[in-house]
Amino acid sequence: MAETKKMVLGIQDVEDLADDEVDPMPTEPMTLNMGPSHPAMHGTVRIILTVEGETVKDADVQVGYLHRCFEKESEHATYTQVFPYTDRLNYVSPMLNNVGYALAVEKLLDIVEKVPERAQYIRVIVGELSRIADHLTCMSAGAMELGAMTIYFWGIKAREWIWELLEELSGARMTHSYVRVGGLAYDLTPDFIPKVRALFPKINTVLKDIEDSLYENRIFRDRMDGTGMITQERALSYGWTGPTLRSTGIDYDVRKAHPYLVYDRFDFDVPVGSKGDNFDRYIVRMEEARQSIRILEQAFDQIPEGPVCLDDPRIILPPKPAVYNTIEGMISHFKIIVDGVKVPPGEIYSYTEGGNGELGFYIVSDGTGRPYKCRVRGPCFIITSALSEMIVNRPIADIVPTFDMMNMIGGECDR
Amino acid sequence: MSIEALTRAKSILGDAVLSTHSYRGDDTLVVDATKIFDVMKTLRDDPELAMTMLVDLTAVDYLGREPRFEVVYHLRSFKSGARLRVKAPVAEPEDGSNPSIDSIDSLWASANWNEREVWDLYGIKFRGHPDLRRILMYEEFVGHPLRKDYPKEKRQPLVRRPPDEV
Repeated sequence: MAETKKMVLGIQDVEDLADDEVDPMPTEPMTLNMGPSHPAMHGTVRIILTVEGETVKDADVQVGYLHRCFEKESEHATYTQVFPYTDRLNYVSPMLNNVGYALAVEKLLDIVEKVPERAQYIRVIVGELSRIADHLTCMSAGAMELGAMTIYFWGIKAREWIWELLEELSGARMTHSYVRVGGLAYDLTPDFIPKVRALFPKINTVLKDIEDSLYENRIFRDRMDGTGMITQERALSYGWTGPTLRSTGIDYDVRKAHPYLVYDRFDFDVPVGSKGDNFDRYIVRMEEARQSIRILEQAFDQIPEGPVCLDDPRIILPPKPAVYNTIEGMISHFKIIVDGVKVPPGEIYSYTEGGNGELGFYIVSDGTGRPYKCRVRGPCFIITSALSEMIVNRPIADIVPTFDMMNMIGGECDR
Repeated sequence: MSIEALTRAKSILGDAVLSTHSYRGDDTLVVDATKIFDVMKTLRDDPELAMTMLVDLTAVDYLGREPRFEVVYHLRSFKSGARLRVKAPVAEPEDGSNPSIDSIDSLWASANWNEREVWDLYGIKFRGHPDLRRILMYEEFVGHPLRKDYPKEKRQPLVRRPPDEV
């Protein structure tokens, strides 16, 4: 009978192995393309990464995949025809762009103060609703890309409630084109305010749910805490504004620093972070959404009755009965549509607080009905320029949360 | 508020300032383009003005006017909240080559991408820029689309060209 062969599996003595020299994993720089069709790159950004193992050694961020010639098109459109283009800048909060652009043209026309008070309140209301939608999108998409799919559905559901109301108001879910030079396209629908009020407890619940699910979540905190750090000096040098700048502890908010519309009449806080990491940017956005609800509640209490458009036939279209029944009305309508609103020659830079920071319009007018130059300072473009510096010498896994918390919106970045 | 900033800027910049004006509350300095780097550095480092942030950088093409281009800078002070606009007229060289101006990339990091954008869309070269590539248009694109003599309806097929022809 043959001897049973003893078969020993596994390591007999661990001590023996300790002396063996283990070669480190061979690493050599490797070039990787991240995007533009990477799911976390929102389809519009490409990063050429040079990685060594898990560490990013060099990153070349390339934008422009969504360039739609905003400026060139605007130079050939009348001032009113630019509104639909502004909808497509930050397409998550189009109302804020509408308001920002309208204020810029009004500054050039010198009628900022003359726009009726009710219109100014409505602009604040639709703007703050958009801001909540913007922050909800950023927070929920950011959580989704770290694996929290449920959060995404909660947040997007809440955003849809807001967009449904704005659709009721303007006729379009995203591309509202609701604001006009000198006022608004139309007044609020009769039950708009009660409907928004009824929405507040629901939105607050969603915010609370997101907070409860994520703030104590180990996976979420591990990937957000201390990643994507930036110092105040670098953030200022990069020209950061908005929630991303406030995450570093600088309390610059255009609504407080240079109040426009009726923002000086509301009591609200500007939340700031302390470290300037991704988690700070998350909680700043969360708190800003709550502050927007505070502003909205005050605006609903204060909003006066009255017209929503300036009474100036050179700027505002005549009422439809006058267009159809009188020759003067028809000519006036025709002149404004074809020639555009005549804006005196000059140049202005007008700035408002957009969803991602200071949304500036630099408009040069040559006295005709079309802008000679219409430049938009999209906050995203400037924020994204810092991405390369923030991900170099960090693990690949940090790219996704860092990029998410910048809330890069392709339409605004690439224009 | 910012009239004081304008007066202060005029007094410290001396003869680099060609003219100043205020319109609708926006204060503008028109400065000598050859001194732009020193002007911006002075505005940033002056303890009283402290123009901490380069908010925006763009250009305008005034076709038919001399000088043809203007590079426009918007600054904001985080100390006082004052804002200034600095404009530097840049002429097109007579041989038809691209106009140029000094880069301020080493003063503000935000100038990097903005200067690339101006180069891409207006064809103004920034001397001393570390990485002056196109940013919004693709590398193979010919011309500078925001120039007033670039027709809006012009179409370009995306054709791969050897690098030296671009």
